[in-house]
Amino acid sequence: MHGSGIPIWFFIGVLLVVYGAMIFGYGVYEWHTGIYPPLVQLTSLHTPVWWGGLLTLLGVFYVLKFRPVRAAK
Amino acid sequence: MFGLVPVSTAAGCFSSLPALLAFSVAPLAHLRPLDIAVIAIYFGMVIWIGFYLRGRTNTSEEFFMAGREMTAWIAGLSFVSANLGSLELMGWAGSAYQYGILATHWYWVGAIPAMLFLGLVMMPFYYVSKTHSVPGYLFLRYGEHARVLAAVSFALEMILMSGVNMFAMAVVMKVVLGWSYTFSILVSAFAVTLYVALGGLRSAIFNEVLQFVLIWGGALLVPILGLIQAGGPDGLKRQIIANLHSDSYFHLWRDMGSFSANPMGVHWTGIVFGLGFAISFGYWTTDFLVVQRVLAAHNLRAARMAPIIGSFFKMAVPFIVILPGLLGLVLLQNPDGSRMQLIPQDTWKACVPMSSDCAQQLKQTSLSPAVQQDVLKQKQGPQTDLHSYNEVLPLMMVRYLGPGLLGLGITALIAGFMSGMAGNVSAFSTVWTYDLYKPLIYKKGTDSHYVLVGRVSIVAGVIVSILAGALVQRAHGIMDYVQALFSIFIAPLLATILLGMFWKRASRIAGFLGLLFGVVFSASLFEWVHVYPAKLAYVALSPDAKPMAENVFRALWACLFTAIVIFVVSMFTKPRPAAELEGLVYGVTPLPKEEPVPFYKNEWTWAGLVVVIFAALNILFW
Repeated sequence: MHGSGIPIWFFIGVLLVVYGAMIFGYGVYEWHTGIYPPLVQLTSLHTPVWWGGLLTLLGVFYVLKFRPVRAAK
Repeated sequence: MFGLVPVSTAAGCFSSLPALLAFSVAPLAHLRPLDIAVIAIYFGMVIWIGFYLRGRTNTSEEFFMAGREMTAWIAGLSFVSANLGSLELMGWAGSAYQYGILATHWYWVGAIPAMLFLGLVMMPFYYVSKTHSVPGYLFLRYGEHARVLAAVSFALEMILMSGVNMFAMAVVMKVVLGWSYTFSILVSAFAVTLYVALGGLRSAIFNEVLQFVLIWGGALLVPILGLIQAGGPDGLKRQIIANLHSDSYFHLWRDMGSFSANPMGVHWTGIVFGLGFAISFGYWTTDFLVVQRVLAAHNLRAARMAPIIGSFFKMAVPFIVILPGLLGLVLLQNPDGSRMQLIPQDTWKACVPMSSDCAQQLKQTSLSPAVQQDVLKQKQGPQTDLHSYNEVLPLMMVRYLGPGLLGLGITALIAGFMSGMAGNVSAFSTVWTYDLYKPLIYKKGTDSHYVLVGRVSIVAGVIVSILAGALVQRAHGIMDYVQALFSIFIAPLLATILLGMFWKRASRIAGFLGLLFGVVFSASLFEWVHVYPAKLAYVALSPDAKPMAENVFRALWACLFTAIVIFVVSMFTKPRPAAELEGLVYGVTPLPKEEPVPFYKNEWTWAGLVVVIFAALNILFW
């Protein structure tokens, strides 16, 4: 957002990091244990791992780029 | 808002509520603790944002117009997100299942030209006039009567839409998750009231941008995984042709030459002039709910860029809405491995729970006679678990998304509903305070008084929304009228604003009378077809026309009728002096000089790129 204050992109970054980490963590657990949710398709692609990882990376980028200290400068 | 929602979606969700309350429907999905945590974090985040923004919304400009300090990106994403609610997502995915990519017209020709027109042509007038609202522009151009007519209609529409959105969300949560209806209403109403009353428009915009990201994060996986499983676009096409023996699911324009040649029963003239002009321009350039987001931009260039940025994303939305609907045609399976066939919303309502109309409705579906008999005998079987077209998106989510990812997808749906409600109540609050309370009830209030009125009107608006929603769901048939409110009003408003903005001869009284008679004409056409369905043939100019054609042609006739009234009345009444029209009308308004910028920051460059992509997509899927 224009002007002072915490930019919306920072909030989005935080949310993506939290969600990404949760989903990635579950994906690793799933892969490690081999226990997959019944009825869910294409589990062999390990979607939570790569999608959770992508969300986390995107979130980290936004958090760093729009962190309040940097935005204030 | 329901203006751009398929005809059956909102009414279908809504009118099935009493039945659902009395009948236990097995939920489509079961959430795990990880999914619950994802949803809870979202609620915590939006409420925290509301409290954080409270300290930054002290003046009326900050509360109602977000301080007019949004960047082009934020205004643009919010602008497009205001039309990306959950009813739209599920409804158009269901329409894609039913009609194929014809549903994409509502995202491309039904949006892109109007968005570019708003940014490049109309925005300078809205922005230069410094109006707070679209009714506010009508006041400046045509006077108090036109403003009051527009403001009262808009405020009523927003309250009803907010209530219907809330109840529709409760129904969807009941069907998808099995959640208690009261729980869904109370939680969503509480969260929306809190964050909008605290942070005003700024809070609504923040949450719309958040919702936009969540929708892509939660829904993008469905078409990706679906395409992998279907064998890519070629595999999808091959399987649809094999299953349905028709390739018309992949053509936007080829079968539009006659009403009977395409499953929607619409002619290309209706799509181009009715949808592409009357409805689309009406919605994207005069509906205050979306225009308010662009008015919050921090300067004119940002205000002009915002709709252009939004148009890029709008063109991409069919990937997460239309494609899942098409994939559902070939990938959804019953427990025994046979292809699952979804049914129309009306059939679902008649059969879940069973009613006397069920047999008649089932005959109109493609379900085999044996399955129809099993359904009527309420025999449990792998193919008797009925789902409507509107459930295709949640069904596809459940198919591919495991714990965590499913929570993200459900959060995206909840966020879509909540930001829809927030958009409704924040727009209502602005119009109520600036266009009704301030000019008609109390003119001499201080700035802080009007902020207080705005906050109170949000709380009151949500309460009235719940009551109005409850009233609508109890009175059978009213939902048809609520859904039509938008389409009845928007086309006459478009003609009134366009003539006011581009024809200096249009007089005050002509604007008011044109709007009034245009709305009456539009409502009469609606009622005529509602009472005598066969009259659709006259409205849409063909006996082969289907209900989707009625909306587009009614809007076109209402727009033309309004324009004729304004033209005729203006010719017999005294025009306003040109000096009074400065800042309001093309030709007598010196447009502000904008600082030269490199070509890659110029709005015309990006608009040109949008036009090229738009044309290429239409040719590609001709």
